[in-house]
Amino acid sequence: MTSFRYIGTKRRAKEHPRFVSGRGRFVADIALPGMKHVALVASPHAAARIVSIKTDAARAAPGVLYVLTGEEFCANTDSLAIGVDAPKVTRFALARGVVRYAGEWVAAVVADSRALAEDAAERVEVEYEPLPHVIDPEAALAPGAPLVHPAHGSNLLYHRKFVWGPVEEAFASAEHRIAFRAVWGRSATVPIETFGVAAQWDAGTGILDIWASIQMPKFPDQAARALRLPGNAVRVHYDVDVGGSYGVKRGIKHTVLVGYLAKKLGVAVRLIEDRLENLRGGDMQGPDRFFDMQVAFGADGVIRAMKIRAVDDVGAYAGRSPFQLGKPVTAICGPYAIGAIEYEPISVMTNKTPQEAVRGFGQSPTNFAIERAIDRAARHLGMDQVELRKRNFIRKDQFPYTIPSGSTYDSGDYHGVLDETLAAIDYGSLVRARDEARRSGRLAGIGISSCLEPSGGNSAFEVLMNPKNENTTWMDSCLVRVDLSGAITGVIGNSSAGQGHESLVSTVLGEILERDPETIRVVRADSLTALPSNSPVGSRMAIMLGGAAAGAAKTIKETLIAIAAHNFECSPEDLEYRDGSVNVKGAPSKEFSWDQLVEIAHRKFHKLPPGIEPGLQAKFVWEVPTGGALPTPEGRIQIYPCYAFEAHVVLVEIDPDTCKPAIRKYLCGHDCGVMINPDIVHGMTYGGIAHGLGAALYEKFAYTEDGQLASGTFMDYLIPSAMEVPAMAIVDHCTPSPLTTFGQKGSGEAGYLGAPAAIANAVNDALAPLGASIDTLPMSHLAIWNAIGARKGAAST
Amino acid sequence: MSETLHAVSVEVNGKPRSAQVPARLSLVDWLRDDLLLTGTHVGCEHGICGACSVMLDGEPVRACLMYAVQAHGHRVTTVEGLAKPDGSMSVLQDSFCEAHGLQCGYCTPGMLIAAQGLLNTNPDPTEAQIRDAIGGNLCRCTGYQQIVEAVQLAAERTAKEAK
Amino acid sequence: MKAAPFEYARAASLSEVCALLATHGDGAKLLAGGQSLVPMMAMRLVRPAWLVDINEIAELKFIAVEKDMARTGACTRQGAVERDHALAARVPLLRQALAWVGHVQTRNRGTIGGSLAHADPCAELPLVAQVLGARMLLRSGTGARTLEAEKFFAGPMATNVRPGECLEEIHWPAWSWRHTGSAFTEISVRHGDFAMVAAAAQVAIDGDGRCVRAAFGLGGVGGTPLAFPKIAGRLVGTRLDDAAVNDAAHAAATETQPGSDLHASAEYRRHLAGVLAARALREARERARSL
Repeated sequence: MTSFRYIGTKRRAKEHPRFVSGRGRFVADIALPGMKHVALVASPHAAARIVSIKTDAARAAPGVLYVLTGEEFCANTDSLAIGVDAPKVTRFALARGVVRYAGEWVAAVVADSRALAEDAAERVEVEYEPLPHVIDPEAALAPGAPLVHPAHGSNLLYHRKFVWGPVEEAFASAEHRIAFRAVWGRSATVPIETFGVAAQWDAGTGILDIWASIQMPKFPDQAARALRLPGNAVRVHYDVDVGGSYGVKRGIKHTVLVGYLAKKLGVAVRLIEDRLENLRGGDMQGPDRFFDMQVAFGADGVIRAMKIRAVDDVGAYAGRSPFQLGKPVTAICGPYAIGAIEYEPISVMTNKTPQEAVRGFGQSPTNFAIERAIDRAARHLGMDQVELRKRNFIRKDQFPYTIPSGSTYDSGDYHGVLDETLAAIDYGSLVRARDEARRSGRLAGIGISSCLEPSGGNSAFEVLMNPKNENTTWMDSCLVRVDLSGAITGVIGNSSAGQGHESLVSTVLGEILERDPETIRVVRADSLTALPSNSPVGSRMAIMLGGAAAGAAKTIKETLIAIAAHNFECSPEDLEYRDGSVNVKGAPSKEFSWDQLVEIAHRKFHKLPPGIEPGLQAKFVWEVPTGGALPTPEGRIQIYPCYAFEAHVVLVEIDPDTCKPAIRKYLCGHDCGVMINPDIVHGMTYGGIAHGLGAALYEKFAYTEDGQLASGTFMDYLIPSAMEVPAMAIVDHCTPSPLTTFGQKGSGEAGYLGAPAAIANAVNDALAPLGASIDTLPMSHLAIWNAIGARKGAAST
Repeated sequence: MSETLHAVSVEVNGKPRSAQVPARLSLVDWLRDDLLLTGTHVGCEHGICGACSVMLDGEPVRACLMYAVQAHGHRVTTVEGLAKPDGSMSVLQDSFCEAHGLQCGYCTPGMLIAAQGLLNTNPDPTEAQIRDAIGGNLCRCTGYQQIVEAVQLAAERTAKEAK
Repeated sequence: MKAAPFEYARAASLSEVCALLATHGDGAKLLAGGQSLVPMMAMRLVRPAWLVDINEIAELKFIAVEKDMARTGACTRQGAVERDHALAARVPLLRQALAWVGHVQTRNRGTIGGSLAHADPCAELPLVAQVLGARMLLRSGTGARTLEAEKFFAGPMATNVRPGECLEEIHWPAWSWRHTGSAFTEISVRHGDFAMVAAAAQVAIDGDGRCVRAAFGLGGVGGTPLAFPKIAGRLVGTRLDDAAVNDAAHAAATETQPGSDLHASAEYRRHLAGVLAARALREARERARSL
């Protein structure tokens, strides 16, 4: 394997010093002159007609500048983008005429301070006429259900049955078949920073400046369209630190609202969600999905075919959320060589808070369902769960491997990673520990999951799910400048939420240019000066931004060699590049130093070879590897390029008397190819596991029957703390990707994609001696009690 | 109705600060919006997440659960006040960088305050004690693993420096 | 989440508190540690016209350990009580309970009296008060009176403190038997959250291991924390063997009428009540035996 100078070594993140000293620049830290503050009036009803809105008292309240309602707002802006082909499911930041979920924004108050805005918001009088509502997705699909968007004609947003391979034949001939339902609870990433946005309109230049806590592709474009402004009238500043996102920091509705107010009022306006707004009306709840799973397999444990019917409740508006059913198409059979797959995604609207992208974009729920199926199949056969996995894994020598839905997996060593993981945790002793715990009367279980993290962020599920969409371009880019002093600056066009992009780019530039990354600065353009980026989604930045930075750096390097060749009057092949200097091969003293070459580039045109631009800068824009294709008629398509693999092994104990679960051991074997910064990869993996632990055991946006969010505070939406998250360990394995610059794959969703599945399998293993099982997340204390109680009840009758 | 203003004098990061504040202004909002000490963050405003942690008279408290007027006559230390007198990073801050004890940096100031509060009274904590001390500070990036390691590293380094 | 406007007075003495309460009547609310009140105000679920801040009153912040009881001022910080070794030796149940109360940061600010006056039926300190039969000394402009814990708590978030009264100090009875043990346990979804169910117990045994006094109680299973003096009384004279303990715990759980919420159903709570009461009693017994 290639050896690297900086890549893969322990390096401190470039971003850390500003954060540990309190000098981060988050959106709420940005104070614009004369800035006003927004508070929102939210619907108390899950569905209602707005009869009237009286704003006089609010307008007269101290410090109030303006009160905006949906009538004015919707008349002067356009609907936010609708991902699937459902043009009547329009969506605006403020409701007009009808509210479709409890917490939906009805009016916005602009005042001198947030406190005064809240005071006035209480004085906005809204008269509602409650309408029938629907909360359950199956009920929403039933004939006669209340329609969330009557103009759309149904609550169904998307439905298609894909059949890839001889599914029915396999089911008919298989020796064994199982069927069950797996339910993924509505949870989300819930960053500790809520969403925030500040905007300022400059009437002199005609530019709307936006600072926002965002992670979203095409954000400036979408904001401009909704505001009916040309793209070059909206300038989004990417030098805003984002306090966590993991997918959800989209905030497009907030941004259009604040942009409209800033432009209309001619003052700087900001909206920082408070936690109540964030949880209820921030439109960032995650997939809420059940899977009807059917698996056909032989007595040998080899899976012949799988049927997955996935019903996903996106809440009251569409946005991009139905696509979260599409992304998993790229890894629909997991790491297993399953030849025939039926996949039936169904996207449903209900009167709940809308769904937003969550880490993995639907992959973690799908992995959970597949891994529950593997666990159940092994249990059905009485076969060891490790053995069954190994019998179905795609073998190392089968890559590149094309799965039935059309994506080709780039590389992997699933057997190797699982073996190393089991060896590292000493699987034999883990089993003994479990059995010992069981003998002493406790409930203990081992859970395993083995699954994929598709990475590279090619959102080709858009063209798969919406035939009117032909967007096949998913590029990213980097600009590299070497200034007259010889200092290197990388310019990127996205904001970051903890992924360490400045560390990534400086390491890659340092690697290629053989310069110390400590000395390399990375800055962020704004959307009017930036090269195109699709932002950090879909575990893509190590691949795409890293690849773009490498591409630009290589151009710089070639330029330097060309300058030296010109001045030595030799061929570039006769030269070697070392630490930024260029010398004649075999003659180290015949050398141009970095400084000399930089000076020629910037100041000595007479020494510059013809055809080379003066100055020293290079850009690199590239399309995602393997991307750019449209789907076949039967819906086969290459979506993501690279496939990281993770194997989780976890020991769970459940107190049989209180039903309280606790994680006793946690190990994750992880193969994301070449790690550019191992600390960063490990950190995201640990964080992903903790997030998955939350989804598995604690977190849920629960709704009451009357459509009220029951977990609208941090006292009820339960993010695990350091007391719930156990000590963890990671075993690294490296199968380089053949598609990327250094062999790297993505890792931004690592941990989260396998943790819920592994923990669910462990809880089920713990409950197995009682004959109880749970296939619904989160597996709360109460759910475990109910499962055990239901079993006990069944036994006594 | 205009709100009554109250005079407050507070020692913030070693410097006397005085202001006239409305009673309902929280300590964290005063620190951030009026004193421009934006290192302390707002996460939930109802006392669960710990992002707003500061030291009050040397002990970690939640700055969203106090009104600024209540800090009158007290000492407040924020993340900006953790650095060494020469402005360089404290051992704990440096250990967070070294152990990658942060990602997005949003919960970090509160974590640092909680961890420093622990180390001030217990220079050689066990892992369980560290987890207990930061148990009221939510982090969504790290899974806490590298935060715990950072605090352990800081304790080790401080012990070595003392020798 | 900004509180509605209110007027603020920082009281310098208990007499000033009483005067302010007399002046402002029902519109005034006392602000102690604020760890429950301030978030409720931020959510605008509570909107007093006046807040009377008692945090700067030195006479409300003390710990006095006496022969047959410990006294704490109402505004004594939970953290100070937790760290006081003499108090922990005399009334160990307090420290045992405080380990479950919130987090370090909230205990550094939260007060003993504030928690009692808030009267959350799931909270730890009200349960300790109920089990030990703590006495609350209330002060008003017209005098003082003492309320036993069972008279103090009136329901969920409700006490029998009258308008104009301020909780001044709390008397925590200490048991004089040499072999006295206590224990506190609870189940919450996350550590530091309010308990789904909590249990506290204290038992004393003689040299032969026979129970001479027992007290235990449950939180989270009724409108107030509950003590079970009659059931506990039946343990006196036994050797606190597991069967006796389990019977008592079961009897207590049967008497409870818990509610349901997102995190726990009534049936689950009642089940936990029996489990935790037995655990607390057993743990207390083991501590008593070890002395």
